[in-house]
Amino acid sequence: MEPLSWTGTLGPVLNPLLLAAAVVFAVSVIVQIVLSVFVPRPVAEGPTVAAPRTVVDYVGWAVMGSFGVIVAVCLAYLAIGPMMPGYQGKGIVGAVSLQLMPVWIALIVTFALSMTFKRRLGLYGKLFDSTIGMIGFALVMFWVFAGVFGAMDLIVTHGALEQASGMKNKPPGTPLRGAEAGEYPYYLLGGDNLARDVFSRMIKGAWEVIRIAPFATLFAFMVGITLGLPAAYYGGRLDTFLSFLANLILAFPVILLFYLLVTPEIVATGIPVYMAAVLFLFPIIFFSVLFNSRFHTQTTKRAIYIGSTLVVGLWLYSGIAWNADPLGLIEFPPNLLVVFVAVVFVNSPTVFRIVRGLALDIKTRDYVAAAQTRGEGPWYIMLWEILPNARGPLIVDFCLRIGYTTILLGTLGFFGLGLSPESPDWGSTINEGRKLLTIYLHPALPPALALLSLVLGLNLLADGLREESLRD
Amino acid sequence: MGLFILRRVVVMLLTALCLTFIVFFLTNLYPNLEKLAKTQGNMRMTDEQVATWLGERGYDRNLFVKYGEWLGVLPGYVVEAEDGTVRGRCIDAGMTPEEAPRFCGVLQGDWGYSTVFREPAGEIVFKRLGLTGWLMLAVMCVMVPGALIIGVLAGMREGSKLDRSLSTASIMTTATPEYVSGVIFIAVFASSAVGLKWFKGTATSAMDNITWENFTLPVLTIALYGMGYIARMTRASMAEVMTAQYIRTARLKGVKFRTIVLKHALRNALIAPFTVIMLQFPWLLNGVVIVETLFNYKGFGWTLVEAAGNNDIELLLGVSVVSVFVVLVTQLISDIGYVYLNPRIRVT
Repeated sequence: MEPLSWTGTLGPVLNPLLLAAAVVFAVSVIVQIVLSVFVPRPVAEGPTVAAPRTVVDYVGWAVMGSFGVIVAVCLAYLAIGPMMPGYQGKGIVGAVSLQLMPVWIALIVTFALSMTFKRRLGLYGKLFDSTIGMIGFALVMFWVFAGVFGAMDLIVTHGALEQASGMKNKPPGTPLRGAEAGEYPYYLLGGDNLARDVFSRMIKGAWEVIRIAPFATLFAFMVGITLGLPAAYYGGRLDTFLSFLANLILAFPVILLFYLLVTPEIVATGIPVYMAAVLFLFPIIFFSVLFNSRFHTQTTKRAIYIGSTLVVGLWLYSGIAWNADPLGLIEFPPNLLVVFVAVVFVNSPTVFRIVRGLALDIKTRDYVAAAQTRGEGPWYIMLWEILPNARGPLIVDFCLRIGYTTILLGTLGFFGLGLSPESPDWGSTINEGRKLLTIYLHPALPPALALLSLVLGLNLLADGLREESLRD
Repeated sequence: MGLFILRRVVVMLLTALCLTFIVFFLTNLYPNLEKLAKTQGNMRMTDEQVATWLGERGYDRNLFVKYGEWLGVLPGYVVEAEDGTVRGRCIDAGMTPEEAPRFCGVLQGDWGYSTVFREPAGEIVFKRLGLTGWLMLAVMCVMVPGALIIGVLAGMREGSKLDRSLSTASIMTTATPEYVSGVIFIAVFASSAVGLKWFKGTATSAMDNITWENFTLPVLTIALYGMGYIARMTRASMAEVMTAQYIRTARLKGVKFRTIVLKHALRNALIAPFTVIMLQFPWLLNGVVIVETLFNYKGFGWTLVEAAGNNDIELLLGVSVVSVFVVLVTQLISDIGYVYLNPRIRVT
């Protein structure tokens, strides 16, 4: 069998078009930037006459037009490519797009539903008013769906650990030697140094990120909020002590901390388990205090809420932190636990500082004084007066911090810490691929671009949210 | 002001003490010591042999005593092995136990001995620090002017096309960690697969002789990640200044736009980025570790990885003292500098 070309039968038609549009776009963008610095803006003469058209306008049209063509061609590759007959006709891009079909469907459904009901969805709905926010959200949801469906074995073409003979370091689109019936006949993005499929590993790697990063960030927020609010509200010695601790952790170079915490030797001492035991207590404390401060006058409600928090929380706690789930449902492999704990540990001091700063500001507002005059307890004021009013910046920072956590996870993988060496996560794959990077590009580039696009998406999403939350 | 600096210095010393103690504690955990014994001695040592090896080298004593010895506030240990040889912390090669000084710790200027490189730890740290210094210098020369120019250009006309494209570019760079941009740079500019081969994919030769070819990619890789962040801060501060009353007054007086930006806005807009640039140093340290590993440039970051990977206790302590020092001193400088730059703030 012939190796696949990148764009299949669409290539001869669309490739020259794409190239031409790209050249026009690059040239006109440079011209536009140069012009915007040197040419003054045209001034409208008289009240009725519109500003005369200048070179700047024509260059602007060239930029818009060529950009439109580039987007249209890329969409054509993704949308029309999969419809071409045969693998040769689809090309690599078309075949990848076909494999990603569940993701496309899920994305379209999400967007259609959200756009329809966007006025009823609060801040989330407002996100769909900003282009930047929508692009960011699309990128993030793309990887979320890819990760979830990849974990359900819908997208991947081969196993993440499956090795095929003769596929070592083969370029993208190489046919699988001696493919049996029912087996996918190509390595779409080529094979890595151990003859595993790069595409499948990239998709599986998305799941590694999706299942760790958001939860680790959430835990870091729980810790940061539970400690930051009282530090700001009470001030004094407590504040000095907690701030000193936070600065202490922040003064550590992150990588040194990882090298000290995430090694098999440290796992053998059991320190990560103790750290997990302390850090994972915070969510339970947070929710118990949250409900207690609100419902301490309504005893039945309080009993229900706190009871269920404690039952669910302690069950999860025993499973996650101590790996001793009485029902045997939750399992947390020790090397994953170290990674999780290390990432939470590194992130929480920064969250603590942000929460403390916000709370110090909000503490001086009138509604806090009103609540104090009403005789509300300090925890009610912290959790039900100050915290909801700090939610805007916190949500934005949450998005940014997931991106940062993703980068940290990649760093861990890059130094070969924590996760097992054959794990498909992006950092480890980049680390493996970089050794032969000057000869073979394809094993290292897909995970690198994947990580880049996910973090970029989270940054754009945060930007869109910030813009929209500032608007009202 | 004097009291403020004094208080900060005391807190700094306290932080450094706590941090080194944490590093000391973690590296002196028994599994780590066992690994050290096995890599230094023999991989197939039995548990008893490990225990004697550690005992003869003074590793099996109380943690606080060992830490005190490292600091130089307690006298160094002297142990007589079963075969009669006398080992001591302060007894260097070719020295009799009588000649050796009683105290030898950081306070006496003795940083201990690196078990990986088999050289005094202090020498290694400062030699490597010099190499990283060149890298940092180059990064600063690229990053700071670049970021400030981008930020000022983007912020002077908020919402313009130039602003949009520069802002998007800075978001892109902040979303690209060093190990991703480094890999992409090597792939594009150094690999035989693309074939441009403008630069070299390793910076090993830059340790002796820095050239355009071997130093560009590492410097660019570190500079890009920090650049976007500083540029965004500069943009925000510039945009804020441009809406100020005195800028409007200047425009109404008919001052040229260029003069407004350069003479009126720039100085006030650069106060906030100053702090950000100073606080960027600790992050650069992180980037340095990744880039030095990726490009095989044997500087400070590379030493950190080697020391941490091999549980080289005293070298690791030296490395962490230096990095903590860098972090805390830059914090102090940024605080003091901010007070001088911004006349509205006074420290009492």
